[in-house]
Amino acid sequence: MNIDTHAAHAHDHHHDDGHAHSTFSGYMLGFVLSVVLTAIPFWLVMSGTLPSKQITALVIMAFAVVQIVVHMIYFLHMSPKSENGWSMMALIFTIVMVVIALSGSLWVMNHLNSNMMPIHEMTGMK
Amino acid sequence: MSPDLLKLIFGRLGLDSLPLHEPILVATFVMVALCGGALFAGVTYFRLWGYLWREWFTTVDHKRIGIMYMILGIVMLLRGFADALMMRAQQALAFNGSEGFLPAHHYDQVFTAHGVIMIFFVAMPLVTGLMNYVVPLQIGARDVSFPFLNNFSFWMTVGGAVLVMASLFIGEFARTGWLAYPPLSNIGYSPDVGVDYYIWALQVAGVGTTLSGINLICTIVKLRCPGMTMMKMPVFTWTALCTNILIVASFPVLTVVLALLSLDRYVGTNFFTNDFGGSPMMYVNLIWIWGHPEVYILVLPAFGIFSEVTSTFSGKRLFGYTSMVYATVVITILSYLVWLHHFFTMGSGASVNSFFGITTMIISIPTGAKMFNWLFTMYRGRIRFELPMLWTIAFMLTFVLGGMTGVLLAVPPADFVLHNSLFLIAHFHNVIIGGVVFGAFAGINYWFPKAFGFKLDPFWGKLSFWFWVTGFYMAFMPLYVLGLMGVTRRLRVFDDPSLQIWFVIAAIGAGLVFLGILCMLMQFAVSFLKREQLKDVTGDPWDARTLEWATSSPPPDYNFAFTPVVHDNDAWWDMKKRGYQRPLTGFKPIHMPSSTGTGIILAGLATAMGFGLIWYIWWLAAASFIAMLAVGIGHTFNYHRDFDIPADDVIRAEDSRTKLLAGAK
Amino acid sequence: MTVAVNPSQTGEPVFYVADEHPHPEGYSTSLGFWIYLMSDCLIFAMLFAAFGVLGANYAAGPAPKDLFDLNLVAVNTSMLLLSSITYGFAMLTMQQNKIAQTQMWLAITGLFGVAFISIELTEFAHMIHEGATPQRSAFLSSFFTLVGTHGLHVSCGLIWLVTLMVQVWRFGLIEANRRRLMCLSMFWHFLDVVWIGVFTFVYLLGVLR
Repeated sequence: MNIDTHAAHAHDHHHDDGHAHSTFSGYMLGFVLSVVLTAIPFWLVMSGTLPSKQITALVIMAFAVVQIVVHMIYFLHMSPKSENGWSMMALIFTIVMVVIALSGSLWVMNHLNSNMMPIHEMTGMK
Repeated sequence: MSPDLLKLIFGRLGLDSLPLHEPILVATFVMVALCGGALFAGVTYFRLWGYLWREWFTTVDHKRIGIMYMILGIVMLLRGFADALMMRAQQALAFNGSEGFLPAHHYDQVFTAHGVIMIFFVAMPLVTGLMNYVVPLQIGARDVSFPFLNNFSFWMTVGGAVLVMASLFIGEFARTGWLAYPPLSNIGYSPDVGVDYYIWALQVAGVGTTLSGINLICTIVKLRCPGMTMMKMPVFTWTALCTNILIVASFPVLTVVLALLSLDRYVGTNFFTNDFGGSPMMYVNLIWIWGHPEVYILVLPAFGIFSEVTSTFSGKRLFGYTSMVYATVVITILSYLVWLHHFFTMGSGASVNSFFGITTMIISIPTGAKMFNWLFTMYRGRIRFELPMLWTIAFMLTFVLGGMTGVLLAVPPADFVLHNSLFLIAHFHNVIIGGVVFGAFAGINYWFPKAFGFKLDPFWGKLSFWFWVTGFYMAFMPLYVLGLMGVTRRLRVFDDPSLQIWFVIAAIGAGLVFLGILCMLMQFAVSFLKREQLKDVTGDPWDARTLEWATSSPPPDYNFAFTPVVHDNDAWWDMKKRGYQRPLTGFKPIHMPSSTGTGIILAGLATAMGFGLIWYIWWLAAASFIAMLAVGIGHTFNYHRDFDIPADDVIRAEDSRTKLLAGAK
Repeated sequence: MTVAVNPSQTGEPVFYVADEHPHPEGYSTSLGFWIYLMSDCLIFAMLFAAFGVLGANYAAGPAPKDLFDLNLVAVNTSMLLLSSITYGFAMLTMQQNKIAQTQMWLAITGLFGVAFISIELTEFAHMIHEGATPQRSAFLSSFFTLVGTHGLHVSCGLIWLVTLMVQVWRFGLIEANRRRLMCLSMFWHFLDVVWIGVFTFVYLLGVLR
């Protein structure tokens, strides 16, 4: 993380809206990719092609991640250069925070549930 | 009128909602009404409404907004401290069969309101106010990135404060403790308006806080003057940047968790209920994901203030600038990894508790590094014991103590013993008062001459300082003892008479702090009367080091006639050393944002909407929501939000400063 | 601006910018809006966390398998994807300064958005009709809140879209309006990204369970 280099251009006066200018082919490529990346998971789940549920789950999660990246690049025009890298830095920081908060919550609550009385079984007894 | 119609118009608000049966509240109300009436009459008599509206309420000037934040913080400090005095008095009295003077129903509201007000409406406004005032000046900018949003954020914070204050006289406040844990805060156990006041006050203020966080991040990233690379930013600006990153990364969590709680209360969903699969523990988990970063949101800017003050009053460059910056960044990240230490005892396993215990202990390393940096800055410095420096030294002693008890509490087995005891209460007051409050006071004493053009009176300031510091130790050291003896927090009456002496000492301590607050108000009054004597004509009364001291005190609307160019960490020091000559000619018109009333109107509508939701006055909530949309959209149709300060005005302002400076020599 | 940092030709250090140009209007807007989106992202993350923790607590009530109609979700997803590409076309025509076409693509985007919201509301109505209300179980509470918050964002986006169409119609594709269209574009595509998470984690994984 070289903080200094960002600021060297921080005062550039030439107008930079921070986003690469979009092109028709860029949007179309993104669209086609996202259609494919959406269709396959739906098909996998609806047809039950893969042998086990775990594998299906892992595969569709992988597809989701890839599709999110595709959307980021082709629709949101993310690039390491936009806003002198600050957009990317904000994104990475947010992803780190999201991962910490999400996985932490799941871990903590899972622990609580197995240590304390499991909630769903309790309500299931009613 | 039929009851149905009344219910349609007033929701659940009725005459019995007014706490007429509580003599303390009635007396308070009379006092507030008298003072408020006098203030209102005074402003009307001196025909100040127009001036206040034009120059203050609708302003987008970051300096005035910063000052208004500080006023809000100090006013709310009086309210929050009144709650503290009542608690200390109650606990000192309620022995040997005495019930004290506060009924349970009232006492529970007092401790909840104390916590909520002190964190959200005292500490946050003080910290935000200082950042708002100082950061744009320190980075050589004319204003923040989004001046209108800044005004709007401030008024949203005020809106939240108004709702909390309204709960004192209309209905009641939450009786749940300052984080409103369910199931107690669910509709079944808290059916009245208290928790709803809590929710909507924090939601309204939270919007303001989040937006002001985004605003200041953008300001620091985009509006630094030429030459100011990231590693040449003053440390206060660095801490402000990290604090605002934390704000943006954590306040959304608070928004969500409060929204889910309100869904449980209003719609009947089952997030945090005991039935139908809900989990109250999830609330505790979520709210601390916000709550722990919040602690660092408050204390990081205080660290920044101490850094500025230490180097200025030691007459030395800050020791270990780079390590200071990295320590700040590390604390920022780590503060997100420790939230579980607030509920070690809730039942997670050993692996979870050890992970969060260790991360908590790790935080003390960068914090300790900072402490050594300040010490080494002072080492062999030519220390001037002015008020800001006094507060800084008090901070260093007090905060180390609080930090050590914190590390103690970070050990899960120890926490199992001390959890929810007065030891914990003593610990967090030790760090919040010793860190944030002392920091805010150091900052106020340090930057006051910049904001108003005259210094604060040192005599009353020192009196206030000594009352505060001794009062603090007297009030909280007994709580450590009591905590170790096993006394839990939030108790109203006690059985064991041997405990009373400690509570009496603590109450005397609180009384000393009260004197400290009075002396501080006195300090403001005396300084205002002696303003000619205490006048600062140079704009640099402390022989300081950073850019805000390069301009006049108070700075002109446009901050700097010419945007400065920076070559060094201590930019202004460098300019002074290298013979900087203030430009006297060549002034040009300066482009500035125009004032707008939209912010205060929107925030007023948001507050009305909150009030409607609290009392189930649905028409009011719906109408204010629609009005808010209309005003907000209407505002976007105004494309002309800037104006130019004419060159003549700039010349006039700069010439008068030239005369002042000449007179000083 | 690097020139100003270095000493001037005379060797004297330069301490101020004598010939200053103010920052162009909206200089910080796209970064500011991006940071806002990041905070919004955390809002969704927390709702996902709530769903992740509580999403299996059916309280002896209906489970995802009994409720979700993947065909409907697929149709809904395609509405959102189509609205994304049409918004892309609006941006492309905006770059070419074609007002009428920009407005047309914006209108089409809006129609897809309305279709998305209508299908979602139909789905909700159907579930509630069957007794699967938000009050029924923690699973349903978190489901309705997560999906509903996304829908609420799309609805806000629609209100914003209409406002911008009026502004483009009245004031043309001026710089300020272009900037606003770009912000809405980020908002709209961001909601798409969130929807990827929703259909994967809520619907597809829900049906798998």
